[in-house]
Amino acid sequence: MKESNPTPDPIHSDAFLARLMSGQLKLSIACAFCFIVALVALPLLNYFQPEFMAQRVYGFTLTWLILGVLFFPFVWIISYIFIQRSIALEDAEAKAALDGLKK
Amino acid sequence: MNTLLAFLAAAEPAAKGIDPWIAFFSLITVVITVGMGFWTAGKSKSAGDFFVAGRSVSVGWNASAISGEYLSAASFMGVAGMVMLNGYDALWYPVCYACGYLFLLLFIAGPLRRFGAYTIPDFAEGRYDSPVFRKIAVCFVLFIGFFYTMPQMKGAGTTLAYIFPGLHYSVGVIVVGAVITLNVALGGMKGITLVQAFQYWLKVFAITVPIFVIAAIVGHYQSHLEANKTAQETVAAAPAGIERKALPAKAPKDEQWIAPFGSLTTKAVDTAIKAAKTPEEKAALEANKKPYSLLYTYSLIIALVCGTAGLPHILVRFYTNPDGVAAKRTTMWVMILIGVFYVFPPIYGVIGRSLTPELYDAVGSKGTDKVVLELPTLLAGRDYPLLGSILSGITCAGAFAAFMSTFSGLLVSMSSALAHDIYGRMLKPDSSPEQRLTAFKWSAVIIGVVSVGLGTQVEKLNINYLVGQAFAIAAASYFPLLFMSVWWRGMTMKGAATGMLAGGLLALGSIFLTTLSDVYGFAGLADFWVAHPLLRILCEQPAIWAVPLSITLMIVVSKATAATIPADVRMKMLVLHAPEALGLKQEYIKEHEGAGGH
Repeated sequence: MKESNPTPDPIHSDAFLARLMSGQLKLSIACAFCFIVALVALPLLNYFQPEFMAQRVYGFTLTWLILGVLFFPFVWIISYIFIQRSIALEDAEAKAALDGLKK
Repeated sequence: MNTLLAFLAAAEPAAKGIDPWIAFFSLITVVITVGMGFWTAGKSKSAGDFFVAGRSVSVGWNASAISGEYLSAASFMGVAGMVMLNGYDALWYPVCYACGYLFLLLFIAGPLRRFGAYTIPDFAEGRYDSPVFRKIAVCFVLFIGFFYTMPQMKGAGTTLAYIFPGLHYSVGVIVVGAVITLNVALGGMKGITLVQAFQYWLKVFAITVPIFVIAAIVGHYQSHLEANKTAQETVAAAPAGIERKALPAKAPKDEQWIAPFGSLTTKAVDTAIKAAKTPEEKAALEANKKPYSLLYTYSLIIALVCGTAGLPHILVRFYTNPDGVAAKRTTMWVMILIGVFYVFPPIYGVIGRSLTPELYDAVGSKGTDKVVLELPTLLAGRDYPLLGSILSGITCAGAFAAFMSTFSGLLVSMSSALAHDIYGRMLKPDSSPEQRLTAFKWSAVIIGVVSVGLGTQVEKLNINYLVGQAFAIAAASYFPLLFMSVWWRGMTMKGAATGMLAGGLLALGSIFLTTLSDVYGFAGLADFWVAHPLLRILCEQPAIWAVPLSITLMIVVSKATAATIPADVRMKMLVLHAPEALGLKQEYIKEHEGAGGH
């Protein structure tokens, strides 16, 4: 950041903004990807593997158990991981930027 | 309100069958809600208090309040009713209602809060320095809002018609609409934060406690589900100890009901097959049945997941968080709070299918949408008459909390749009805060009246279906706007406006056409839908084409008008994305004030 920065103020440089956005966006996309895979896969599994998805698990069909019960904790886990990482990322960026200002 | 209900009870001769417990619990809910509204009305003085509760709400309160506002009649009554009616296909609704918050969390919640504006139109104007864009953005608050209020009104009419047997559906709509409108006009949003938070906990209590008791007496979730045979199982194996009433002719068959791609997503094709004249036509439609159904499912998922991230009455609440980190934490708590809730309504639908199948034969406010209210009274036939009445009273109280809280929230955001944006910014920019407050109250009354009028027209439609349509419009308009504005520096006002208008209006138009022909049954249109099942699906669930269309238009038009990218876009993006610790927001405001900006 210090080398690639033409302006005297690192916070207002394009490089800082680009890094800030790409860091957060990469994290968001990675988390969204896990979620989207599950959302896309479940109807496809229902479509191509109906017998497998219709097998009974504790009285539920497998697909009903996944969608009606297990999907919620799955999303909670993704969001928990996202928030931990996202806050850590923000703290690191803020610290780096403020350190850069002091120098 | 007390006297009003007493009057209604006395005036309605057919209302002999009123259960005192059910009436009692419902009344308590209404009185507490209205009372809290009036109590807090004295405390909300400034315009800031009215619009975003002074931006001082803690994560726990705010998460409860957002959840309380979000869990509407569709969640409380509609999901159970739709699961009972359509089985597995309807499960997508509760799941996506809850999981849609993930998109909001990942892409929108934090940056939006940092930007700091009262409403989405504020954001639209601030991001592009364009008062014109504000006017365009305001329209969608009203479009989405009205589609969302209709099902709340249906919930109100259904519940009152249940509590007072014989009461006409539209009387319930009018009474509830009037009470809530009055409450909002007098209390504003500060009142509502507290009331909404309380109502979340009331709703969770009202959906969980009765179902645990019912399940303990008549058998559990799995065992009732097990009583339905799937396409793969040739013999129905009813589990031991589970009795099941015979399903009426109108109920979907077991294998359609429990398996994916069942009665909800294949409805359009099934109607076309029934109307087909030649065997070849029939065979061709049969072959398309499952692929079309898959298309329907994906379109529904896109509408619900993207739509959650574009609901104006929910987004406005994110501004009440102190900072971006709190906004993210709040979103996660909302997902947990509403996720826990959404496990339960399908259980009502599943048990309802086994034990109250007579609801399949009824239509409108007497149909499956009232299974949540009706199910507890089963206990009366099992030697627990008092318990049944009390539990039914509790679910009625929950239903009241559901449509009252969501309707209040919608009224606040729609009235804010009218008072803050249309009156305060367009009609009378030099109005005093007092004048705007008066405008807010009158706006609430106007919108309340229109909502009640619309609500009386939709008795035939499923509560949940209507809410899904509101989500689809939000998904095609606000979601692309917010998502692209937050993450792409190259967006221009023209690009954003074109995409939002084209996607949003086309989605609105096609939904309007399908809803209109469902309600009023125009012969020509209805025949057209029957003859073209694919078009029917694409118009009923437009998200699958409308969302990509909107985003594509935004990119193409923005590229073409790249010269008009806002000059200080870097500063705006920094405000959206930089951690608060850097203090860029204050700097941005100073710069704008120095430059004589808005």
